[in-house]
Parts: sequence; C-alpha cells; structure tokens
Amino acid sequence: MLRRFDMEAGGDEFTFKPETEPKITFWREKYPADKQRSAVIPLLWLAQKDNNGWLSEPAMREVADRLEMPYIRVYEVATFYTMFKLAPVGKYHVQLCGTTPCMLRGANDLKEVCQQKIGKKMAVTDDGRLSWEEVECLGACVNAPMVQINDYYYEDLTVESLEEILGKLGNGVDVAPGNFVDRQKSAPEGGPTTLKSGDLYDGSRNTSGVLPNLPEAEAGDKPEPEAKGEPPRKDPTNVEREEPGVEGEPPETLEVKKGEADDLKKIEGVGPTIEKKLNEAGICKFSQIAAWTEENIKWIDQSLVFRGRVWRDEWVKQAKALENGDSSSGGKKGKV
Amino acid sequence: MAEDLFKLNIDGKDIEVPKSYTLMQACEEAGAEIPRFCYHERLSVAGNCRMCLVQWKGAPKPIASCAQTVGEMRMNPDGTPPNVVTTGDYVEKARNGVMEFLLINHPLDCPICDQGGECDLQDQAMAYGRSGSRYSLNKRAVENKNMGPLVKTIMTRCIQCTRCVRFAAEVAGVEELGMISRGEDAEITTYLEESLKSELSGNVIDLCPVGALTSKPYAYNARPWELRKTESIDVMDAMGAAIRVDAKGDAVMRIMPVLNEEVNEEWISDKSRFIWDGLARQRLDRPYIRENGKLRPASWKEALSHTAGLLEGPADKVGFLAGDLVEVEQVKAAHDLAKSLGVKSADCRPAGSTYGANGVREQYLLNPTLMGAEEADAVLLIGTNPRQEAAVWNARLRKAWLWNDLQVGLVGDPVDLTYDYTHLGDGPAALDGLLKQKNDFVKAFKAAKRPMVVVGEHALASEHGQDILNAAHQIALDAGAIKEDWAGFGVLHHAAGRVGALDVKFVPEEGGADTETMLSGGLDTLVLLGADEHDLSRLGDTKVVYVGHHGDAGAARADVILPCAAYTELDATFVNTEGRVQMTQKAVQPKGEAREGWAIFRALSDVVGKTLRYDSADELREILREDNEVFAGLGFAPGAAGHAALLEAPAKPQALDKARPFGAAVSDFYMTNPIARASKTMAECSLMKRGLETPVAAE
Repeated sequence: MLRRFDMEAGGDEFTFKPETEPKITFWREKYPADKQRSAVIPLLWLAQKDNNGWLSEPAMREVADRLEMPYIRVYEVATFYTMFKLAPVGKYHVQLCGTTPCMLRGANDLKEVCQQKIGKKMAVTDDGRLSWEEVECLGACVNAPMVQINDYYYEDLTVESLEEILGKLGNGVDVAPGNFVDRQKSAPEGGPTTLKSGDLYDGSRNTSGVLPNLPEAEAGDKPEPEAKGEPPRKDPTNVEREEPGVEGEPPETLEVKKGEADDLKKIEGVGPTIEKKLNEAGICKFSQIAAWTEENIKWIDQSLVFRGRVWRDEWVKQAKALENGDSSSGGKKGKV
Repeated sequence: MAEDLFKLNIDGKDIEVPKSYTLMQACEEAGAEIPRFCYHERLSVAGNCRMCLVQWKGAPKPIASCAQTVGEMRMNPDGTPPNVVTTGDYVEKARNGVMEFLLINHPLDCPICDQGGECDLQDQAMAYGRSGSRYSLNKRAVENKNMGPLVKTIMTRCIQCTRCVRFAAEVAGVEELGMISRGEDAEITTYLEESLKSELSGNVIDLCPVGALTSKPYAYNARPWELRKTESIDVMDAMGAAIRVDAKGDAVMRIMPVLNEEVNEEWISDKSRFIWDGLARQRLDRPYIRENGKLRPASWKEALSHTAGLLEGPADKVGFLAGDLVEVEQVKAAHDLAKSLGVKSADCRPAGSTYGANGVREQYLLNPTLMGAEEADAVLLIGTNPRQEAAVWNARLRKAWLWNDLQVGLVGDPVDLTYDYTHLGDGPAALDGLLKQKNDFVKAFKAAKRPMVVVGEHALASEHGQDILNAAHQIALDAGAIKEDWAGFGVLHHAAGRVGALDVKFVPEEGGADTETMLSGGLDTLVLLGADEHDLSRLGDTKVVYVGHHGDAGAARADVILPCAAYTELDATFVNTEGRVQMTQKAVQPKGEAREGWAIFRALSDVVGKTLRYDSADELREILREDNEVFAGLGFAPGAAGHAALLEAPAKPQALDKARPFGAAVSDFYMTNPIARASKTMAECSLMKRGLETPVAAE
C-alpha cells in the first residue's frame, strides 16, 4: 500500500494543543539533549492525536522542527509505522483485527459490516464520523473477534453488536468500550466457574495483614483490597476529537415540559425519528424552527445529519405557516 | 601490535588481519572476490543486500561478510582459527537465492537502461543468477521520483541497497534522501520529491549499483563500450580532481571521477561532472577581428598580424592578464612573449591582490594538503567557504569532523558547511587577538597537535590581503602549526590555473601594473588569457586581445579573438592548490580552427619577430622544468616539505579593522567559469538553487 501525505487535507499549519505541551516535555526529558531524536515516535503520536487522529505533513514538520531532525528522517519514521495515518480518518476510526483467531471467530463477517456501514477501507464517511481499516493482531485473541475504535477495544463482537456500535457512533452517540457479551474481561462467559467464593476478593481472608515489627496498627485499620470486582462502565473517554467539520451556529434551544411541545411531525419531511432528534437537541416549537437563520440550518443539518432535508423540504417556511396556525399553506397534515 | 591481529583460515589459506576488519575485507585480503551491492568502503555498513554471504564453518547460517567484524568471531572448538569458505556449493546456493529475490521485482529492461554495460546487478546476475524466473505473480512497480536536473530516477529498478541514502547523510552531509515505507513498498525518495541540493549529488549515480539513479543529462546518449575513455584532471576548482573523460567522436559525452586518494578520493562535484555540455556550446572555433564595432571572422594569419600590430606600441602600455582556467603551458608561453617584448605588466590574480609577489611558493599553497584534513585535529577557516570553493574537500573535512572529531573554526560569513563549526568572527578584524578568544575551539586549537589554518584566496584579493595573510600566518605560528612534519598553514584557491600561473611567476615585475591597475584603463593593449571573471567595464579605449575557448565576458569586449583549446582538448599542466603538478590528457580535438594556447603565443612571437625557443609542447615543458624545478615532479604535493619557508615570522599585520569584509568568493557555485556559464545543465542547477522553477530542457 502506498503511503503518501494527504497534502490537501493537511493544510499549511499545525500547532500542538496547549495541553499537549507537558506531554511533549515528558517524552523529551526521557532522552539526553543530544539524543532528542529518540522522542520522534511519541511526538508523532501526540501530533496525530492533536490532529484528529491523523498525521498531516505540517504536523510532521512541526515534530521535525522541534527535534531538529531533517524532514526526510521523520518522513521515514512516519511512513514506516502504519499506526501513523497520513490521510484523514473519521472521528471514530475502527481498526478491525483480521488475524487468525479473530478470523476464526467471525472477523470476516465484521469486515462486511464495516464495508456496508462505512464503505471502503480507509475511506471516511460523508459526515466525517467513521472510517475503518483491517489491522494485524491487536493482542486480544481471548476476546475475539474484536475491533479497536480510536484508543479502546470493543470485544466479543457479533455482526449485530458491531452494527449497533457503528450505528450509534455514526449518529454521534458514544458507546462505552469493553466486552459485548456477559463476561468480565477475559473471564468465562456468564461469570466465573472457579474461584467463586466472594471472600477471595473482599479482603476478609487477609488475616495475616499485620506483619511483625511494624508499628502497631490502630483499631479498625484494616487493609483495603485493591480490586473490587468489575469497575463501573464509565462513559467512554476516548472521544476527544473534534466533531468533524461542523459549520454554522447552533440555534437557540428551549426546555419544554412534556405536552407543551408542538407536534413537529406536522412538518413535511419530519418523522418520529427526526422529531426525537430535534427534541433531544432542544428544538420543540414551530417558532424555533421558523426563526432559524441560514447558519443555524447549516449547523442543524451537519450535526444531526439531515443531509439537506431542511432546505429541500423548506422546513422554515412550513414552520412559519404552522406557527401562524395556517395549516393549509404548509405542513403535510394540512395537505391531506 | 600483535594483539590487534586476528588469525583466520579463508579458503584453506591462513591469514592474519587487524581485528577491526570486516570479514569481507579479510576475504579480499586472502584473495577471494566477494560480490556486493550495499557495501561500499567509504560508507557505513548497512548489511541489507545479503549478496556477500560466505560460509563460516560451524555457524548455523551463511554470514553476511560485510557486517561481520573479524574481531568478534570465535575460534573453532579445538582452538584453531575460524574457517571461512567463500566458494563452493553452500555459498553459491546462498548467493543464488539472494540473487533470485533481488531479481524478482527487477524489471528486465536492460536494453533500454543507461546502466547497461556497467551495471553491478547485470554483472553479478551473470555469475549468480538463474537462467529464468520462477516468479509468476505481478511485479512490483515504483513511481519515479523527481531528484532535480542531474539525477534521473527509474525507481522500479531500485534494489534498496541504500547506498545513496548513506552517501547523502554521511559524505555529502545533506540529509535529503531517505527510504520511506517498508517491506515491499519501500521507496527511495527525497523529501516530497524536492531536488537534491548537494554539490556532490552526482556521485549517487556512480554509487547506485543498478540503473535506478542515472545521469539525466547523459540519458540515452551513449553506451559505455562505445566511449573513448581518457583519464584527465578537472579544472572546475583548484583541487585538480582526477577524472575520466568519456568521448564519442569529437564530443565529450560524460565525465566520471577516478580514484585519487590524495585529492578527491572517489568523488567529484556536480560542476566537474556535468560541465560537459558547456564544452559544446558558445565555443570560439575561429579567430575574429572587431571591425566597426562588430566582430567578423578572420583567418589566423590576419588575426595574428592584427594582434602583432596591437602589441607593437610602447611596452609599458601593454598588459597580460591570465584567467582561472589557463594551463601552465599557455601562461609560460605568454609570459616568455611578454618578457621578450619588454612588457612588465602581467598578472594572474584577482583584482586587488598583492600576495604571491615575493615568489615564496609556500605562501600561496595549501601546505597542509587536502588529505592533511584527516590528520589535523583542528582547522581554522579564514574567509573561505570550502563547500563552494572545493566541494569535494569539504566532504573530506566533514568526514574528519564525523570520524576524527575534527574541530572547525570559521572566520567569515556564517554559512552552512554541512558540519558544526565555531563561528569566530565575520571579517578580518576578528583575526586580531583571535587566539585570545575564550571558547572551546580556541582551546582545542591551541592544544592541537596538528592545527591547520586555511585562508581563502578570495580573502586576499583586497588591498589588505597581505595583512590578512600575515595575520593568518602569525596565528599558525602562534598555535605551533609549523613544524618539521606538519606545515599547518595554507591558502585554498578556487581557480585551477592560479597556482600554476604563480609558479611561472606570472605577476607584475618591478614597475609593472597589477590586475587592478590594468583593469582601470590607461593601457593601449590588454591580452586576456581566458580572463572572464574580471570587471572589464573600466578599460576605456584599451584594445583587448582575447585568447580563450568560450564566448563569454572577455570575448564580448575583445577586439581580436584567438581561439584556443579547452582542458579536455589538449595535454596540459595544471598545478592544484596544494602545489601538486598534474597533467590533463587530450580526449577530443579542439573545436574548429582553435589551437593549443601555447602554440598561439608561439605563432604570435614569430609574427612580432621575437620567436620563442620551443617548437613543441614537450620542448616547452622541458624548459618549464629547467626554469622551475617544481614542474619536475608530477602528482606530488610538497606538503610539510615546505615548512622551513613558513617558520619565519611575517610582518606585523596592519589595519585589519579597515580591511573589507571577506564576503563570498563564489556567489553561484554552478556559474563560476565560462564553460559552466555555457552549460545548460549548470544553468538549470543554478535556477534550482535560487529557488526558481527548473525549465524543461528544450532539447
């Protein structure tokens, strides 16, 4: 596979985010002053993180300049390691493991899911949210088949669970990483089959907690066990990347009590799904839609992925009519 | 030093080699021939082509002999020296396997490949290749890369030996080549396909063992076996690099370097290599006389008698000026003619120079020698930019800096020399009290066993030139650079003809005018011997006789043009900046009616009635040797032999603070002489260097 910088998408400039600077210092301090070029891989990695998951040519130059390396030397490194992406990736970049254990457990089916939901390898979806590629073993064979999305592993996948994950991510909804069957990490499905006794984990069997010759323990100073079962599934923390290319301004939002919201479905082109999306985004009244400016529409169109519907169906005009109670001049309900 | 030697048994022969040798060197010492692609003795070891496999008895696998240090090999279990076998079925089979893999993706386009006939891969495939391919899949194809106007690339042919990458990084010191991607996708390229910017980039063409990097100007011009090869000497700078001129018919087709360890190792600069198209353009192929402001073709007889008429006037109104590329024979003949006419004004130095007039040869030679850079431990460069003035020597300085920890100090413009140096000052004023400066370089310089002071000739071309020379000389003496076995003080010239002309004493006699005076008008007649680098605008109504081979500045101003042979067209003597006397060899015939330079002055002497006493170039050289014994020894640089002449302290330098700044001797590396200015290739390089777009060659 030829690897070349996407010069057009890379633009002319790149600057590290201010919060990355301490990390750069951290890596550079690991190496002596005359061996700073050793930090090239960590710095390229940080640059890739700061550049929405891919390494642009200006970003590579910035790293070379910082480490006082000739560009060609950094270029060699950046093109050698496939972990550096030289062309844009989606907000969620799916790395699908296709090596033997995952393949035996159904990775080829997952590949088809990716092809259907996302498209060709390394192609980014129109909305900029998704892209995928096949990679070699990610070292999670026990939980095969699996994918890595940005920084985290999504394991024990099936066609259905991957479809669901991609569906959610494609709509801008985060999905927590981890296993997608009922198991804890790599433990047997359905819970442990051995070492089940609860007191193994609660510290109660830790009777010889006090070592000889230690200062006398105070009453009730029992050692705390380090691990206590499954940690709560937190919200994913990997999504630091910018929402791809959202232009325009968000419109004003309203908090409306249930029952007071207008029936947005009256607008032609708005169905229950879209109404839900609009309501979630804080759009509940015809008056709001009627007041949208061109900039607002742009924002709504991109962030809720309406793909031109707002303009095509002239929602604003319809909403104005509906707001005035003139159900005959706009709205599908009026037409009937 | 017995403990540094290591015993080996190679092909049944017991030998002893230094422990630092590679197994490949040891095998060659034992007389075995080892095939190789990536290994090159002047580059670091890469060990990636695997062609040099040999058998080490007892080792589980064949050994890449280029990457195996002898000192790290172990004895046989019974304590006898390790047995290495370089021939036989085992080795043969291993190398056949390597060769088959190398050829898997190599295109079978030898009939249209410029490397054909001198290709390492072709030669070694004859010895180790299979007769047919077993590979039935698609071959890999690689996009060709742009590397500028000199290097043509056909990257599908590349076998990834990385010689070019190592050359650029290690020898040229310009890290602009690299190998990107990996495995089957690996490609050699410059960063985003920018042009190579090194002055030595042409050498990657010689280094490339296959036809991936070839010469762009020479592309599809000739086959190596059709070319007449003549070993000669380069005149593009004052180093006198050894070259081979390849000619077909009466045209020079290409110029290649020849090994001369003491001068150019095995490199030459791009200017030396690609100048040849300039030898076919803008040539003066017949005499011309200016009439009514226009030059008209004339016969030799007419031109010579016209010239004789111009020389008839009072001797103090006649001057001779020698240029940068003039061979010793021509200067000698011109000098003899001038003397017989009673002309005292003759000069070969740039305007304003005063050095060299006292005839002490050591004061204008590079006494430490070019090779001395590798023995020196500290070098002080004064008013010189060796990268531009002697590009190949600069690579040697870099080599010494890289491997010998050579310390470099520079007084002059802070330019990029491809190695680190301590900048000690901008102009001549910095020479005053230089050794009192407190920095690491001065400390190292004073402590150095073999310190070296090098003054650029350009720095001497001003009214305070002698003062600058004296100051530099004094610094060398103060640092203890002049001793029995080391003369660590010298001048780096950038014109091939200069030292030879100075050795002939082509400088004004008592009462004669120097270059500056001659150029400022007042003479009746000025004879230019290929002198094109001067400002001729102030000559007024001086009549100009131009003896030269290219229509350049001199010819444009000339009243009579007498065409002579260029350096590839005659056997001629040149003296390099070290004082090494070397001879070019005639590779092709002079153009048209052009004659050898000395013969023109010999003929002229006949016409003016002061016939010179030699009838052939050999007779002239005989007299040259009689007059000055330095011409007796060919290919020899005096070096430290001249140290005695430098022991005497020079006069105290005056008014260093009033001297003009050093500036740059070479403003455009690719445009330093009339041949280069006539060359299209050099013009493209010059445009590229100035950041302009390279025009597509019209031909």
